[in-house]
Amino acid sequence: MKKLLAALLAGGLMIIPAAHAQDKEGEAASPSPQAAAPAPSESEVTSNVAGDEAAAEEGEHETPHYPLKRPAELAWTFAGPFGHWDLQQLQRGYKVYKEVCAACHSMELVAFRNLEALGYSEDQVKAIAGDYTVTDGPNGDGDMFERPAIPSDHFPSPFANPEAAAAANNGAAPPDLSLIAKARAVERGFPRFVFDTVTQYQEAGPDYIHALLTGYGQNPPPGTVIQPGTHFNPYFIGGPALAMPPPLSADAVTYDDGTPGTVDQYARDVSSFLMWAAEPHLVERKATGFVVMLYLLIFAALVYLVKKRVWANTPH
Amino acid sequence: MSGHSSYVPTNRFMRWVDARLPLPRLVYDSFVAFPVPRNLNYAYTFGGILSLMLGIQIVTGVVLAMHYSGNSALAFHSVEQIMRDVNWGWLMRYMHANGASFFFVAVYIHIFRGLYYGSYKAPREILWILGVVIFLLMMATAFMGYVLPWGQMSFWGATVITGFFTAFPIIGDPIQQLLLGGFAVDNATLNRFFSLHYLLPFMIAGVVILHIWALHVTGQTNPTGVEVKTKDDVVPFTPHATIKDGLGMVVFLLFYCWFVFYMPNFLGHPDNYIPANPLKTPAHIVPEWYFLPFYAMLRAITFNIGPIDSKLGGVLVMFGSIIVLFFLPWLDTSRVRSAVYRPIYRIFFWVLVVDTIFLGWLGSRPAEGIYPTLALIGTIYYFAHWLVILPVLGLVETPRKLPASIAEAVLGPNYASGTAAGAAPPSGSVSAPENR
Repeated sequence: MKKLLAALLAGGLMIIPAAHAQDKEGEAASPSPQAAAPAPSESEVTSNVAGDEAAAEEGEHETPHYPLKRPAELAWTFAGPFGHWDLQQLQRGYKVYKEVCAACHSMELVAFRNLEALGYSEDQVKAIAGDYTVTDGPNGDGDMFERPAIPSDHFPSPFANPEAAAAANNGAAPPDLSLIAKARAVERGFPRFVFDTVTQYQEAGPDYIHALLTGYGQNPPPGTVIQPGTHFNPYFIGGPALAMPPPLSADAVTYDDGTPGTVDQYARDVSSFLMWAAEPHLVERKATGFVVMLYLLIFAALVYLVKKRVWANTPH
Repeated sequence: MSGHSSYVPTNRFMRWVDARLPLPRLVYDSFVAFPVPRNLNYAYTFGGILSLMLGIQIVTGVVLAMHYSGNSALAFHSVEQIMRDVNWGWLMRYMHANGASFFFVAVYIHIFRGLYYGSYKAPREILWILGVVIFLLMMATAFMGYVLPWGQMSFWGATVITGFFTAFPIIGDPIQQLLLGGFAVDNATLNRFFSLHYLLPFMIAGVVILHIWALHVTGQTNPTGVEVKTKDDVVPFTPHATIKDGLGMVVFLLFYCWFVFYMPNFLGHPDNYIPANPLKTPAHIVPEWYFLPFYAMLRAITFNIGPIDSKLGGVLVMFGSIIVLFFLPWLDTSRVRSAVYRPIYRIFFWVLVVDTIFLGWLGSRPAEGIYPTLALIGTIYYFAHWLVILPVLGLVETPRKLPASIAEAVLGPNYASGTAAGAAPPSGSVSAPENR
């Protein structure tokens, strides 16, 4: 009974971040995902008896919920109703992506032409694309051939297919990064999610990426089992450790604008870049929203005045 | 209320039309001259808001369908193409996705308004039942729509929800296979869900017409629950209700646009930005927020009851939670409609609201620890409200004294009878207590 009450209290206070110990694609904690965090099968979800037994067991062993630590909420230029991109930052983030992330991660939904939104000129985009080689074809002879990329091409993937990606990365295919800033978020929990509707907090994705990239190198709590080939990171959403080794180190990327090359700076820049990649129309959306809200507010005021006039002599 | 028509064609052309197809007469009688109680508050504007939302969903949906590919290999990328490359595609998609949520926001307020003011009671039983039919169609449409982006939560939500049907003995498996077009969620499932997702909104529109027809036969209820008796009780729909509904719509759109433009993914799930993968089950499969109370009730049944195993029990409870609404007009035994005059019912009404929100929160929790037990308590209370509290309360509760008429409630007992609707009331009645 005491335990029941404690669980109730914990649930109410959201000490249990719950619900998000997700076995994420490619970030799988170990080559055999079943060992780390068995994902419930369909039958467990629909058949409640099995689920309940599993739950009771889970309570006994005090299974930790992931992530172990909540990401810090950073200040992003694109947050809030007047959010905008810091183009310098996006260009720096693109450089980090290109020189570090792209070695393993694809970004197949983004085309080179999209990079013009980062402030590059058409010629610069052509030059950037020209550095890549893509496979085209078949040509008139029926053969596939390689050619330099053009702006309408999408970023080529580092691996031929997911199987090759998994084989080269200890069995865990690195996830595509096109949408990663929207596909990862630590659950906010009550009452945070209620406040979020007012504060417009929508940056859980970049906050998570930043926290993950800067969260390596800490000591795991005693008793934590780290599978061989995985790396402890208390911010990882799917378990205590992930297959991706710490990708960033100080001065790994040389910025053209003289910004100091710290891991924190790299993480911020690449998180912003990935937010842009996931939501290229974000700023346009918010700017449109401002005009729409203004219009609706004025319209509402006018309709209210007409309504008042219509009902003026009609008690109701 | 749908008696004599007061429409008079104003010119020869309209007379000519009226003699052949009296459509302008129908519109005039339904949306201009139609008498509405003078004391309707803003809770009564949600019918109009819902019509607006249905319109927004159909228009944005038709545009999205022009760019969407209903094929499991292409669906996810076609949605991303809409988001990235289609002109204003992001706006269409976010309006549509959040439009579904706000459709449900509006319908839940609409339903609870009906519960509070007893709008389901005689002679409006069919009006209420049609409303429940619309609600069911909305749920089916929203569920199928959520599958179309073919993300992880689309795929696994479809797997879980179609799996409900396997709970039924003998007929369960064939029904599930018919829904899926195979033995698992796959391209055939996506194809038929797309087809049905396009069909059902027009069925909703059809039932909405019946719903409005039934409304115009019986007339609207009002916060007093007293039927309209004289023309002092009513005002013409236009301009009074038109402008009031219009204000309700614009304010509602403000909330809607807040989400569309500033936090379009708040009501969604991050996992749905991961392409569907039949080999990877998400750790927690959660439906959209508007299904959560029903999902909690499904999972609350963790034990077998005689021959009914826990899975079938959960499914029956979930379907039962909506089926019971069909019988509401006969379960509520009170002869007084409005909760304004039912002091005890009013308390139970708010407890039901809290219980439903509580169940919704439990639906978002994993089925572990204390949660299934709390869900069971919430579920028992939910059913007790309809099956025990309402029938008994009507017999034992002493209602407050009802006003003789709407006009009396609004204008006070001394209002001069014969005051034309909409005209200035006698000076003595201006300070009459309003009864909203």
